[in-house]
Amino acid sequence: MVDMKETLIPVVGVVTDIRIDTPDVKTFRVVTPDGKKAFDHMPGQCAMLSIPGVGEAMFSITSSPTNTEYMEFSIKKCGCVTEWLHSMEVGQQITIRGPYGNAFPVDTAFAGHDMLFIAGGIGLAPLRSVINYCRHYRDRYGKIDIVYGSRSMQDLVDYREIIEEWSKDAGVSVHLTIDREQPEWDGHVGFVPNYVKELGFSTDKIAILCGPPIMIKFTLAGLQEIGFDKTQVYTTLELRMKCGVGKCGRCNVGAKYVCKDGPVFRCDQIDELPDEY
Amino acid sequence: MRKISLANLDALFAAIAAEETLYLPQDTEKGAVYAEWCEGATLSNALNTVRSPKDFFFPQTENLMDFKVEGKSIEIIDTRKECEDFVIFGVRACDVRSFEVLDRVFLSEPVDTYYKNRRDHGVIISMACTRPAETCFCQTFGIDAAAPEGDIVCHKTEDTLYLDAKTEKGETLLARLSALTEECDTSAVEAQQALIRERMAKLPLANLSASDFGADKTMEFFNRPEWKELSQSCLGCGTCTFVCPTCQCYDIKDFDTGHGIKRFRCWDSCMYSEFTRMAHGNNRLTQVERFRQRFMHKLVYYPTNNDGLFSCVGCGRCLAKCPINMNIVKVMKTLGGKDNG
Amino acid sequence: MQEITRNALVEKASALLADGTVGRVLAWKRGEFDYDVTPAVFQTAEELARDLVWNDFCGANFSKYLIKETEKSDEKVLVFLKPCDTYSFNQLLTEHRFNREKVYVIGVPCAGMLDVEKVKKSAEGIASITEDSDKIVIETLFDGALTLDRASLLAERCINCKSKKHTAYDELLGEDGEVLDSARFDEVAAIEAMTPDERFAFWQNELSRCIRCNACRNVCPACTCEKCVFDNPASGLENKAASDSFEEKMFHIIRAFHVVGRCTDCGECSRVCPQQIPLHLLNRKFIKDIDNFYGEYQAGAEVGSRAPIVDYTTEDLEPNEAVERGDDNA
Repeated sequence: MVDMKETLIPVVGVVTDIRIDTPDVKTFRVVTPDGKKAFDHMPGQCAMLSIPGVGEAMFSITSSPTNTEYMEFSIKKCGCVTEWLHSMEVGQQITIRGPYGNAFPVDTAFAGHDMLFIAGGIGLAPLRSVINYCRHYRDRYGKIDIVYGSRSMQDLVDYREIIEEWSKDAGVSVHLTIDREQPEWDGHVGFVPNYVKELGFSTDKIAILCGPPIMIKFTLAGLQEIGFDKTQVYTTLELRMKCGVGKCGRCNVGAKYVCKDGPVFRCDQIDELPDEY
Repeated sequence: MRKISLANLDALFAAIAAEETLYLPQDTEKGAVYAEWCEGATLSNALNTVRSPKDFFFPQTENLMDFKVEGKSIEIIDTRKECEDFVIFGVRACDVRSFEVLDRVFLSEPVDTYYKNRRDHGVIISMACTRPAETCFCQTFGIDAAAPEGDIVCHKTEDTLYLDAKTEKGETLLARLSALTEECDTSAVEAQQALIRERMAKLPLANLSASDFGADKTMEFFNRPEWKELSQSCLGCGTCTFVCPTCQCYDIKDFDTGHGIKRFRCWDSCMYSEFTRMAHGNNRLTQVERFRQRFMHKLVYYPTNNDGLFSCVGCGRCLAKCPINMNIVKVMKTLGGKDNG
Repeated sequence: MQEITRNALVEKASALLADGTVGRVLAWKRGEFDYDVTPAVFQTAEELARDLVWNDFCGANFSKYLIKETEKSDEKVLVFLKPCDTYSFNQLLTEHRFNREKVYVIGVPCAGMLDVEKVKKSAEGIASITEDSDKIVIETLFDGALTLDRASLLAERCINCKSKKHTAYDELLGEDGEVLDSARFDEVAAIEAMTPDERFAFWQNELSRCIRCNACRNVCPACTCEKCVFDNPASGLENKAASDSFEEKMFHIIRAFHVVGRCTDCGECSRVCPQQIPLHLLNRKFIKDIDNFYGEYQAGAEVGSRAPIVDYTTEDLEPNEAVERGDDNA
């Protein structure tokens, strides 16, 4: 069986581009040494990246599966592995394994629906994959609304892509907000949950939330207030992971393993989990 | 069924060891341990080993792969090797069941090849328990100490060892030992089984029931207030986890040897405060949550995912070893009161 | 057999709960069998009457639990301490780990505790254990009753008991004892007398059984760091299992160094070790060396004392003097 594929053994990836998104977020482009995509994935799925000797960590794949050339990861600096990743230069090799976890039901539950994406801070990273997937297969979905907020203008991830691509698409409306006033900002100011309520969306949409737990909590409550049902709302959970395949036990909540049965959950499914995520 | 006189046990061990590495429980000053058989080694009469035999398939530490890092380049070295055949002799019924519990984790897709490698090459010779201890409660989980599972099942009487092959692996091995053993009927074994079952029925934990627990009972037990009191003196150590034959949580870590990086995996414990710690927080902040996780997993979560099978086999090691004497029996009696008077 | 009865503890604790002196009681709780006693917090007289035990298996030292317990409410917590436990109690006070005002200590004389591993080695299938002055009667499941000498079942730390004297209490049950002239350093001396190779082999054999469960660290009243170096990912030592054969040794040696001068020799590390590693011998070696090189010092004998190792005096021994004394083990 040693000729069997072992999921814990990664492949080598090369970092071919590093984009500075915000003061603490960088987006890394990764291909295999022969210039190909390491593996195929679906929006919402994750990959384990590692630097040998430093450690491994799980990241959502931020590029869309429709990108056949490379994968991208938007990573916030917040721990040992991410600090190392942020110190990398182009050409650095890392290791990569995956894809892990379930995906957003882009071809089933989402198909034919109006989509409402709501993200806070680095929470845009896992949504970027879905958003670009929906934009690629534009005719499969209805109207697309994107509400995205961050602490400041400088903390908005993928700002150029949002302005130069997303907001120019037909049928895509982008609503940006920042937490506090800034001289160079003439857009909306305020927290995401409040902005969502202010915008007052029709309730025939699928909503996808991603961001800090406190944002998710209040946004979900707000959506329910304006008439959304939990079965229309999706989010992702983030817990500590080591193996990625539901065996090491770390991301176990109730009978679920977030790395395998998640990270994507419908909000009514989350209610069935014990409250420790 | 075959039999061999206990006087010839050494010859039997020698014959097995001639072709496969043979491990059997041997006595030490600090209890029985599985150790490789060599000329002169004797089989322990202890009820069970201090450490469980899960080490054979899921060792405390194992190397997963090596890396060579030069400048910006990384070379990944697959260090897996086909392991050699080995035989574990004298595994008790509870521990044999623990392999099934582990199999359902490690052999489910995607298969853990490190585990599968060892599992495929290991032959389990089990042994019925004639002298169960007060800490035994395997029968709570439907395990019959008088009729263990295994590739070959043994019953040891005062003068004879009876061997019965139950699988193809077992038949192959037993066929190889046919010159040393002779065919026999099952009467002696049946008599012993009756004695064992009589003894099991008299154990202090004979009536411990798991019927209140099981699949899909998460919400019924998760918020029970008793978790607080049950966990109040828990030290947060990993003793229960590490002596447990079914606990299989692990960590993956890198170790710089100075001439390369080794990525290894080692046992980990949900009882440890660091287990779920992330850069931006910890979803189990106190020992109450960690303690609850371990028992909920064994009694509810695992059964939910595995057709109702519990991930406790009633071996009693945690009862014997917990520094504060808190254990799954006390948890079950406190929370699953209906049938546990 | 313990001099004070279980009922005396129950009555005392119930009275102090009733008159409001204390709000809860830290004591030993009965288990499934006669030997699996659990540390527990009791809130009511009913709980005490039902579940409190005081017998030969009450080895657990509650001193460290007071750190957590005194934080829980403003009420005083009653704690029963055996003589050896009071040394840990004082040492923790010396290190300002809890507020003395929030604790009511009742000293309980101790006739030594039994080693459960020794009991289990003597009897298989234990149905019950009863005490009869200097005998222990074990009713077994299959072999009838066994009568054993109590002395043969005593824990090592109790055979070599260093003190029957309580160094701290608010109230004492029974008579206090004396500091004893124990033979606790004999085994250390025996290890010192080994050749370096023998000594290495001894520790290799013992420590190779370590499963890194951390029970020794977590029970140790001297190990009270908020963040242990072995749990700190930034330390480079944070491994839950041995990454090489040297690692278990390193863990225990580092731990022994960290508690030098603070270890009271309570013996909890060896009691809780699931692999029966005589961990207390590492600490005792340090205690013996401190006694030899800096004069006799017992951590926890009183509150506020400074261990010679952290207290500079002009009479302190210089390292070269230790070498000149011809002590290879210095």
